[in-house]
Amino acid sequence: MATFPEYIAQNEERDGVRFSWNVWPSSRLEATRMVVPVAALFTPLKERTDLPPIQYEPVLCSRATCRAVLNPLCQVDYRAKLWACNFCYQRNQFPPSYAGISEVNQPAELLPLFSTIEYVVQRGPQMPLVFLYVVDTCMEDEDLQALKESLQMSLSLLPPTALVGLITFGRMVQVHELGCEGISKSYVFRGTKDLNAKQLQEMLGLTKPSAAQGRGPQAAPQQSFNRFLQPVQKIDMNLTDLLGELQRDPWPVTQGKRPLRSLGVAMSIAVGLLECTFPNTGARIMTFIGGPATQGPGMVVGDELKTPIRSWHDIEKDNAKFMKKATKHYESLASRASSNGHIIDIYACALDQTGLLEMKCCTNYTGLRQEVQVNPQEIGTGGTCQWKVCGLDPSTTLALYFEVVNQHNAPIPQGGRGAIQFVTQYQHSSGQRRIRVTTTARNWADAQTQIQSIAASFDQEAAAILMARLAVYRAETEEGPDVLRWLDRQLIRLCQKFGDYHKDDPNSFRFSETFSLYPQFMFHLRRSPFLQVFNNSPDESSYYRHHFNRQDLTQALIMIQPVLYAYSFNGPPEPVLLDSSSILPDRILLMDTFFQILIYHGETVAQWRKAGYQDMPEYENFKHLLQAPVDDAQELLHTRFPMPRYIDTEHGGSQARFLLSKVNPSQTHNNMYTWGQESGAPILTDDVSLQVFMDHLKKLAVSSAA
Amino acid sequence: MSQQGYVAAPPYSQAQPGMGAYQGGFGSGPTQPLYGHYGGPPQAFSAPPAGKMHLIVLNRTFFLSAITVVMIFSYPAPPAVSAPYGQPPHSLYNSMASPGPPPTQQLTNQMSSMNLGSHVQGLQSPPPPVSSVVQQPFQTPPPLTMAPPQMPPGLQSPHMSPLMSPPQSPPASMPMASQSMAGTSMAGMGGPFPGPPPPGPGGFQQPGLGSAGQFGGYMAGPQQNMPGAFPGAPSAMAGPPQKKLDPDSIPSITHVIEDDQVKQGGQVFTTNIRGQVPPLVTTDFTVTDQGNASPRFIRCTTYSLPCTADLAKQCQVPLAAIIKPFASLPKNETPLYVVNHGDTGPVRCNRCKAYMCPYMQFIDGGRRYQCGFCNCVNEVPVFYFQHLDHMGRRVDFYERPELSLGSYEFVATLDYCKNNKPPNSPAYIFMIDVSYNNIKSGLVKLICDELKTLLEKLPREEGMETSAIKVGFVTYNKVLHFYNVKSALAQPQMMVVSDTAEMFVPLLDGFLVNYQDSRAVIYNLLDQIPDMFADTAESETVFAPVIQAGVEAFKAAECSGKLFIFHSSMPTAEAPGKLKNRDDKKLVNTDKEKTLFQPQKGVYEQLSKDCVASGCCVDLFLFPSQYTDIATMADVPSHTGGSVYKYSNFQIETDGEHFLRDLRKDVQKSIGFDAIMRVRTSTGFRATDFFGGMYMNNTTDVEMAAVDCDNGVTVEFKHDDTLSEETGALMQCALLYTTIGGQRRLRIHNLSLNCSSQLSELYKSCETDSLINFFAKSAYRAILNQPLKNVREILVNQTAHMLACYRKNCASPSAASQLILPDAMKVFPVYMNSLMKTAPLVGSTELSTDDRAHQRLSVMAMGVEDTQLLLYPRLIPLHNIDVNSEKPATPVRCSEERLTDSGIFLLENGQSMFLWLGQASSPDFIQSLFNVPSLAHLQGHMCALPELDNPLSRKVRSIISGLLEKRSNSMKLQIVRQKDKPEMLFRQFLVEDKGLHGGASYMDFLCYVHREIRQLLT
Repeated sequence: MATFPEYIAQNEERDGVRFSWNVWPSSRLEATRMVVPVAALFTPLKERTDLPPIQYEPVLCSRATCRAVLNPLCQVDYRAKLWACNFCYQRNQFPPSYAGISEVNQPAELLPLFSTIEYVVQRGPQMPLVFLYVVDTCMEDEDLQALKESLQMSLSLLPPTALVGLITFGRMVQVHELGCEGISKSYVFRGTKDLNAKQLQEMLGLTKPSAAQGRGPQAAPQQSFNRFLQPVQKIDMNLTDLLGELQRDPWPVTQGKRPLRSLGVAMSIAVGLLECTFPNTGARIMTFIGGPATQGPGMVVGDELKTPIRSWHDIEKDNAKFMKKATKHYESLASRASSNGHIIDIYACALDQTGLLEMKCCTNYTGLRQEVQVNPQEIGTGGTCQWKVCGLDPSTTLALYFEVVNQHNAPIPQGGRGAIQFVTQYQHSSGQRRIRVTTTARNWADAQTQIQSIAASFDQEAAAILMARLAVYRAETEEGPDVLRWLDRQLIRLCQKFGDYHKDDPNSFRFSETFSLYPQFMFHLRRSPFLQVFNNSPDESSYYRHHFNRQDLTQALIMIQPVLYAYSFNGPPEPVLLDSSSILPDRILLMDTFFQILIYHGETVAQWRKAGYQDMPEYENFKHLLQAPVDDAQELLHTRFPMPRYIDTEHGGSQARFLLSKVNPSQTHNNMYTWGQESGAPILTDDVSLQVFMDHLKKLAVSSAA
Repeated sequence: MSQQGYVAAPPYSQAQPGMGAYQGGFGSGPTQPLYGHYGGPPQAFSAPPAGKMHLIVLNRTFFLSAITVVMIFSYPAPPAVSAPYGQPPHSLYNSMASPGPPPTQQLTNQMSSMNLGSHVQGLQSPPPPVSSVVQQPFQTPPPLTMAPPQMPPGLQSPHMSPLMSPPQSPPASMPMASQSMAGTSMAGMGGPFPGPPPPGPGGFQQPGLGSAGQFGGYMAGPQQNMPGAFPGAPSAMAGPPQKKLDPDSIPSITHVIEDDQVKQGGQVFTTNIRGQVPPLVTTDFTVTDQGNASPRFIRCTTYSLPCTADLAKQCQVPLAAIIKPFASLPKNETPLYVVNHGDTGPVRCNRCKAYMCPYMQFIDGGRRYQCGFCNCVNEVPVFYFQHLDHMGRRVDFYERPELSLGSYEFVATLDYCKNNKPPNSPAYIFMIDVSYNNIKSGLVKLICDELKTLLEKLPREEGMETSAIKVGFVTYNKVLHFYNVKSALAQPQMMVVSDTAEMFVPLLDGFLVNYQDSRAVIYNLLDQIPDMFADTAESETVFAPVIQAGVEAFKAAECSGKLFIFHSSMPTAEAPGKLKNRDDKKLVNTDKEKTLFQPQKGVYEQLSKDCVASGCCVDLFLFPSQYTDIATMADVPSHTGGSVYKYSNFQIETDGEHFLRDLRKDVQKSIGFDAIMRVRTSTGFRATDFFGGMYMNNTTDVEMAAVDCDNGVTVEFKHDDTLSEETGALMQCALLYTTIGGQRRLRIHNLSLNCSSQLSELYKSCETDSLINFFAKSAYRAILNQPLKNVREILVNQTAHMLACYRKNCASPSAASQLILPDAMKVFPVYMNSLMKTAPLVGSTELSTDDRAHQRLSVMAMGVEDTQLLLYPRLIPLHNIDVNSEKPATPVRCSEERLTDSGIFLLENGQSMFLWLGQASSPDFIQSLFNVPSLAHLQGHMCALPELDNPLSRKVRSIISGLLEKRSNSMKLQIVRQKDKPEMLFRQFLVEDKGLHGGASYMDFLCYVHREIRQLLT
């Protein structure tokens, strides 16, 4: 049998699933004692190039409350042509098409190899993909120009059959009619007045069949798209010109005012437009904004420049007067969009905040249409087992928390296995509707007798992320300090449960290998922008949290604990500790925090660079040294989405603060002399170092008073 | 003669002793045709209900001789004529305008009398009705008619001032002397001038001259006065006991016009005399501004105000001025000078804020000046100081227009601008209804094609190469489409706004553009518009949001301007200002009839306010095929100085050219924007009421979103106090506005009037054309609040009252049966009668409610020329036209009697134009004009004469085009054949005849008025 790490890696590779525990405690009580809940990180659309989609439909369990999909874990009676559902034990007849089934002639979905399998739904019309660009025109000319060019370029990247639409906004909101000859048309709306879908439909003249359709017999019946959303292949020239002619919002902005930006109405109209034209079809609203909404519903700040946008401080003091209303507006938009399966993306670029905090729900709630059906009959969950996630990309990773409902006194038979089936229905980017089914199972174990095997099955990385997501979720609803306290308590409890120690002897504390990294993750999580709002604007926090909540495990770990590489003449590039001791004068450091890629030149290296050694032929090796992290950074920049911020700095540089704020402050102005080390750079902070944190943790874990 | 005596003597006391003295004095004086009088026997009016009036003769035999119409004209002998001209100005100011000469003699009377008794049969086409009613009214009137003679003065109606009563007694006795007595008395007066009448070409004026002699002699007068027009008529009238009342013998507008033209036409009218009555509006004259505003800018109902409120009340002659601040001046008159007083702005009186003008009296060596309006003494600003000459006049008197002229402009400083910012140049927005009707009729294409060339000719500031006016385009049906036509664009952009509930303008940059710069894009747009909507099925429209859009556009662009809205139907789409059909013919002739004229409340009221506040003038071109509630739709245009043009059942073939002519005129006419007008007066009287296409937020400021060369504002004055004869009455009209070039200016018009404590002065200085303008507007406003019947009654009563007051106080004693009219008002009854027959005032279910509302509103903004023409159309005979003559053909009276079977007539009233072809008109003539052998070959629905190369055709066409050119509206030429159905349309403009939809003939009306007068006098 493979080791747990191997097992975990294999499972992740095949099914995109990682559980916090890979052996499950068999009762509810025990499960709660595990501190870290039984939970899974699931990447529904994990890229599987080796997974050919199956061109028929899945076979479903006939029990109305179950509807589980036939999978490799089902028991099959080949003679009787029956199969037993492994969730509800219902015996089901195979459909007629499976008449030729036998042990040697098994359909793909019964092969263990295909624990994850993808079906292509043949029924129903193939819906095109819909992309609706929502573009802010209140930008500096240069920014707008750059945006226009990117948008024009993006058209070439869309599938030719995809439908595109364009809404621009500034003081007013313009819905552009596409494919007009000789004159460009748009419908304009006031930026201060919200419209419901019906009003919008009337105002855009979408209620009755357009005159064009009545005109001739050639009007194709399947021309279900309208004047505002047209296939890329048909109107790309037109749209390119249209984008080219986009101008900065012409309404004058007087001194001391912000431009009037009707973001709230623009998004509402975008949602409304799709709502009345393409309900229940995958559609993506891509919003490009250059600043906060300053008027109408959803405004987050007034147009007076002298009143700054709300800060965390204002929010705490309940001084953010637009926030509640705006949040409500965006929440209602989000729910409208998500109920129709539409995604809202926001691309914001601005010096000031743009109101992401208020709009986060739009992106968080919506996000190609998908339904996740978790069928954890064996474990049993209360509440919802269906979710809608409007957009998924291959790296979107969901965290699912399960509850073991089995009572303590009704033990599960030895060797029993819990099974979970994820059914993901989605619209593929080719327009096909697909269903991906992932079925996985884990062993049950009695926590009292088999605690070691449960402990050994602990996936500390997955657990760290799962706990972090819980903490972030709490952070959005509770006060910051409470969340930290909760997190600390959980950590201490975990240490108490799984640590090996003598009571009241901190030095005796030992943690097994499967838990060893977990406290360190927690240490960095506490310092991360996901839980610390100090020095971050509400928007930044929202942005960071948004991405933390959907990236896959590896990326999420980088977010919590950035990775640090060192480049020096002493050898090939190597990962080094995220610690102030890693900051050495003759090193170049490359830090990846997911959101930032930072290159830091140590003091000596920086001096060499200033002196221009890299330009001297005899110091070509120095040149190479300088170049190496840059090349690596470029690679990261190109593969990462969203694109990280690239920072090139050096010892004493102002931007070095990004590095200094992340590393473990093992040396500070408080302890540098006592430690007396010569290497490393002291950090001017009062934050505790990892060492202090660990010491403290041990003390509390072993304390009998706790 | 009496001139001196009159001038020398304090007029009133002199005259007072008794009419006898009065009369004696003047009797020998110049025979001024002062008035006609109407020996009205028992004529009664069956009038009001039917709107018809019958002259009723009660007892023919008895009254035969008693019924006389005496026209007494003061226009005297030529010698008298010359005399007054020599008079120093101060005495001249009294002079009556029209027949000019003997201002003071005016009181001398001549009578023309005629026997009404028998005329009745002859005059009235339908004698039976007349006689049928005869009996009834007869019963009452006889005593009445008889009574006056015996009546002691004490019975005078109480409102007559005691002062006035003394003269009463003589007249009272005079009539008693019976007709012949009147005759002789007249003769006595007229005696001295048996000869003079004919001689004076100036004496042309009217019948009056005829009265020089006795009865018989008087008859001769008319003959001369109406040379050639009615050859047959006079002779019939020759004998003293006439059998018929000759229509020619009652005062005729055409003659009055002609006389004035002969006398003052082509002459220079110099405005250096206070209270000088200008020539008639119809007269062709040149004005030299020498201290008073040209009559083209201001005309008054009288140029001599009564000194006291009591007098004014007594005579009931309205005191009003009709101000056309932007009137166009003929080429040979100097345009207004622009004065710049620098950064401090125009010099104004500290107290009343009147602007520097010729009425400011400089004193104290030029260091101070006394305001002519409020008498406040002001310091002269240092920069403005100038020494005075020995006459006490500033040395720079002639160099400064504001010191020597009646009209001029000041450059306004930022204080006079909105938000203290100089205005942007104004804009014109063309808003085209592209709903089904307008597309189908081809109108949209017509407009778009026309705009391409028309926009090249936008009005521009004097001396500028191109027009500064910006243009913008909107099309609409249920939703509005704005167009971005920025010059940088490759193609226009259309922006649709569907949210009509809260209108806004979707773009700023590129909506209002300079035509020259954006020509290519605009061409492109205008080419595309008709095609874009070619397949439209949308028939619903919005209206208020369209105007709102214009307002918002002007607000956003911070400019003022004008909307040209081309609209087809009642706005029924769901939007603010949605209208529903409320046309209800059952309301006609009820107390609720006024509701038909009242705009629907709400949205439009507020819209008018918004428009005026942002300087947005609305011109509405309507192309309705049914009722569209013009009363409401035209509400905004009528409050913003805009015009409403209406083309019912528009068809390109017949109405297209007509519409385009209107459009061209409208776009090109000279205009000022965002205007505020204030009329200041010297102490003792003030402006109290205003009529016109404007909006008033308070009681003094007349706000107009725009004011163009045709807008006339009628201002009524009331006394505050006693006016002084010595200082007279001054008024200053100051109009703050933005020029088409975007400059802020103040246009000042000053006018000085006389004041007199004698009513005779007032009557002498009356201006009938102005009076009728005032009456038309006040009546048209009154019908909003009162039943039409009341309004008509008031009009008649006031007419009677004005004339009775004259009769009582100013006329020489004569028989009560005589109708005596002041010379200056002798044709007033024609106009008044015509006014009462206009569509708004005549209650007839046959008239379209929209037409009535439309006419009501258009008259409200008219100047004197327009109302004059509207109420008395020109009827020009063409059949005997001299193709080689340069002289314009002479119009004849608007009566069926003037038509002949073989005649061809052109009729126009400024709104409509007809070519009437008699049944027996000469085939040659028809051939020349139409290129068809006979009338029968004429195609119906012609709207223009074919261009034929013969002298007659050229001549007629040039007459028509000349008229079209001259009038503010273009008119559609309608060709009607005698006895054809459309002739009815034509006939309603024969205003001396009985109205088609009710309303008395001129003669009947005159008789009726006479009766009323007599009642008043008793």
